[in-house]
Amino acid sequence: MMSLYNELPSTFVTTNVDKLINWGRASSLWYLLFGLACCGIELMQTGGPRADIDRFGSVPRATPRQSDLMIVAGTVTLKMASRVKLLYDQMPHPKYVISMGSCSNCGGLFDLGYSVLRGVDKVIPVDLYVPGCPPRPEALTEGLIQVQDKIHRERYLARNN
Amino acid sequence: MNAEAIHQTLKKRFPDGVGELHTETIDPWIEVQPEHIADVCRFCKEDEALGFDFLSNLTGVDAHNDLLVVYHLYAYGKRHSAVLKVRVPKGKPVTKTVTTVWRTANWFERECYDLLGVRFEGHPDLRRLLLPDDWEGHPLRKEYMFPTEYGGIDNTRDYGF
Amino acid sequence: MATLRTQEMELNMGPHHPSTHGVIRFILRTDGEVVSECKPDVGYLHRSIEKIGELCTYNGFMPYTDRVDYVAAMNANFAYALAVEKLAGIECPRRGDLLRIITAELGRISSHLIAVGTMAMDVGAITPFPYALRERERVNDLLEEICGARLTFNYHRIGGVGWDMPEGWDKKVLKFCDNFARITDEFDRLITKNHIFIERLGEVVVIPAEDAIDFGLSGPNLRASGVDFDLRRDEPYSLYKELEFEVPVGMDGPGYAVGDCYNRFVVRVHEMRESLRIVRQCVAKLPETAGENPIPKPKNFKVKENECYVRSEAPRGEMGIYVVSDGSDKAWRYRARTGSFTAMGAVEHLSAGIMLADLVALVASFDVVAPEIDR
Repeated sequence: MMSLYNELPSTFVTTNVDKLINWGRASSLWYLLFGLACCGIELMQTGGPRADIDRFGSVPRATPRQSDLMIVAGTVTLKMASRVKLLYDQMPHPKYVISMGSCSNCGGLFDLGYSVLRGVDKVIPVDLYVPGCPPRPEALTEGLIQVQDKIHRERYLARNN
Repeated sequence: MNAEAIHQTLKKRFPDGVGELHTETIDPWIEVQPEHIADVCRFCKEDEALGFDFLSNLTGVDAHNDLLVVYHLYAYGKRHSAVLKVRVPKGKPVTKTVTTVWRTANWFERECYDLLGVRFEGHPDLRRLLLPDDWEGHPLRKEYMFPTEYGGIDNTRDYGF
Repeated sequence: MATLRTQEMELNMGPHHPSTHGVIRFILRTDGEVVSECKPDVGYLHRSIEKIGELCTYNGFMPYTDRVDYVAAMNANFAYALAVEKLAGIECPRRGDLLRIITAELGRISSHLIAVGTMAMDVGAITPFPYALRERERVNDLLEEICGARLTFNYHRIGGVGWDMPEGWDKKVLKFCDNFARITDEFDRLITKNHIFIERLGEVVVIPAEDAIDFGLSGPNLRASGVDFDLRRDEPYSLYKELEFEVPVGMDGPGYAVGDCYNRFVVRVHEMRESLRIVRQCVAKLPETAGENPIPKPKNFKVKENECYVRSEAPRGEMGIYVVSDGSDKAWRYRARTGSFTAMGAVEHLSAGIMLADLVALVASFDVVAPEIDR
């Protein structure tokens, strides 16, 4: 955005609609409150008083119908996999998915076991993988910023035409 | 009471149902016949000298051709503990339920059925507890083969190393 | 007056639900707000930890014990280390024991903070939860400094601990204790003695002592029902014999009774205070052991055929680790009996006839976490 400093007062800015929409979307990424396992605790801490992910416009929603972002925080078991898919399907477009932690990235530690899904990307598309077991709140915040960057790069109106 | 005294009390009351006391392990254990386990446990709980009011743990162990169901009992009043074991053949793993003695046994037995396939006669609701209902096999048996697919989801992953 | 015609309905709650403490599902039959039947459906977090215990070496399994109870990973580490030490006849040096108890009690504090915070949140008080998280961050800082992780610590080892404490760490712990003593008082003012809170939870789902034992409840849930039993005091392990602490038990009072949800809450708040006392005593003992090496040599070992069942007091009740060895360097069978598992099993029996909102309070007051139920 830049101001038309030659012709208009400096309180005016010009931009294109795509950028304006993206600015709004990226600054209000509401995430689904969805703690599956260990990472869920770090997700809570990220929303907590110190890391305070609220600063980036991200607040938890309890229902998928109001969420833009799904943070898959923890181990997805085979029993849970279909439910994760169901939750993802309930979210309105456009939607983004962060896979948080080794378990949802690739099965992680539980690759040895029999009941764990080896990566949540087998059931839903993932935009960003955050490594760690569990990732620190700083890492998750960085992940969120990267998703915001991705949103800024999108041409939402152009794509729909 | 120590393990010998507990064993003698039980042996006196159930000469057929109660087997030898095994002292070669750190926690000595008493073998009980599967058809007598419910009566032995009831006696353990109701006898004043024994007073085992708390079923601390109930689980199963794969013992090659057999399955062992292990009961860890504890008495809050007397502050003593005992270990009972029931041996059932893998081909026909049937024993009696102790849910009528301790209500906490309900879930323990369901878990044991789920993971090892021991069937507890008289259990009010013997379904799988942890794994989905359509799961095949009992994972804690040694011969169990890990599934590569569940519910249409391919669960293999090539890590590239 | 004509009676209102009502109808039973089936209601699904979970596995994704903000107040089910992880992925737990309840299948309810309700008549209006009154629950007539509640069947918990668990296993959405069954990660086959018990099977993995048979596939890993004794030392190699330690990181998995963190995941048995990630809210209090230190205590789960501790329980496993105790069991294998007893099985293999390994001694832990005194300094190692002290560091273990300090970290385990700090872990208990951080676990109870989550417990009381989420419990308050589940019955509608949002404010205490960020307070609890703020304090939890301070505990995490201390534990991170000693072992490098914030949540899944993997700090205890069979025969000691992973690292000695960094210089000056004990001073930081004492400083934390002083600060936290004030916080517990603040917490009392904010919520424990809050009239609305007592009205909400007092005399809700009262569990008598005999029932509590029969349901297999343990730890704070059992003590709230008036059973004065704590494994740390009554069957002491590690160095707990030398330490002085009180065991808080449920009490009757104005608006609340032994065994109700409010008592289960209060017992946890008091336990945090007692944990502080234990931490202070252990820190005072640390200088005696200066120069001792608490770190065992990292080596693989085999254990001859044997078995043992070791119980220890985790924040969610008794954690019993049953290990069977077969002569190799891997366990033949690893089994964790956890407090949440039995508590969740009791919900089915306790929920008939209570209100739907009280079911949430009951589950919250049991402080169940999904990984302990499912493992």
